[in-house]
Amino acid sequence: MTHSMILAGSAASNTEVATFWVLAVAAVGAALGMIATRRAVHCAVLLAVVMLILAAMYAMQGAPFLAFVQVIVYTGAVLMLFLFVMMIVGITAADSIIETIRGQRLFAGLAGIAMLVLLILVVGHATIGPAAPSGPRNSSLNVDGLARLVFTTYVFPFEVTSALLITAALGAMVLAHRERTTPRPTQRMLSTRRIASGRPTPLPGPGTYARHNAVDMPALLPDGTQSRLSVSNVLLGPIALGSPAIAAGPEPGGGAQTAGDEREEEQ
Amino acid sequence: MISPANYVALAAILFVIGAVGVLVRRNALVVFMCVELMLNAVNLAFIAFARLHGDLNGQVIAFFVMVVAAAEVVVGLAILTSIFRARKSASVDDANLLKY
Repeated sequence: MTHSMILAGSAASNTEVATFWVLAVAAVGAALGMIATRRAVHCAVLLAVVMLILAAMYAMQGAPFLAFVQVIVYTGAVLMLFLFVMMIVGITAADSIIETIRGQRLFAGLAGIAMLVLLILVVGHATIGPAAPSGPRNSSLNVDGLARLVFTTYVFPFEVTSALLITAALGAMVLAHRERTTPRPTQRMLSTRRIASGRPTPLPGPGTYARHNAVDMPALLPDGTQSRLSVSNVLLGPIALGSPAIAAGPEPGGGAQTAGDEREEEQ
Repeated sequence: MISPANYVALAAILFVIGAVGVLVRRNALVVFMCVELMLNAVNLAFIAFARLHGDLNGQVIAFFVMVVAAAEVVVGLAILTSIFRARKSASVDDANLLKY
């Protein structure tokens, strides 16, 4: 049903012109925002916008199968993977304004403009005629035709693709796997370490006030000062993350223990 | 009906924006995303040409590009996480041990 709706949309020419210009402007705007925004998360959201717009354009051009693959694979899988990695690497990671290479942005901009002029000249000079009359690609046989091509002409590349995917999955597992270098601490070792650390009790919870009970509100100590221990280091942002004790790497006891020790030292 | 040339021009613009992003940005994740943008732009051109010629070969190539891009992202992000574990940084400037 969706299939025929998309095809009906592509048949109406005026609709296509209007849709193209609206979507094209939005896509270029989102792409420009991608390279302008400093936060990686904003970048990912804008990339999702571009990808969804491209999916709509595939559908407009008689490629409904690829439109859905675009939504499922790119917007669904690839961008989610990006967001997961962003959670590992640090959601607050933002680019600094300072250029490490002098004039890098200027030259990158010039190179981009030169490339754009070149490509637009090539596209403008090429005689790109009107689209071919609707053949099997535009009908409901799109998936049939693609399947026929993939399993006849392109059957060898298709098989090689499976090898590529298996290799990529294995490679990702090998690269992301972390070998345990120290033995797993036992319950007794953990309790000994906790007593030796000078704070046998759990860390204080976040502050609860009349107006706020958010976890990033520090608890107040009896003398009125804020207890930094009561707020997770993750919520304190890049300053806490970049502190030397954490940057030095996790100790054998594990990252959480290191963070706790570091916070105690600051108290 | 809109000419395929418009789609190709849009693909060129998106490709250039992605290339500039790769050159300018230094967060490795953002660089990856800009590479994805470039791949997507090329896919758009493939599909526009498939429509221009009225056959499905371009769409099949775009399909293969998507598969390769997915594999590339998986391996690239795994490398990124392992570098982040070792260096505590996701900036492409900080991975410079092979310099000189």
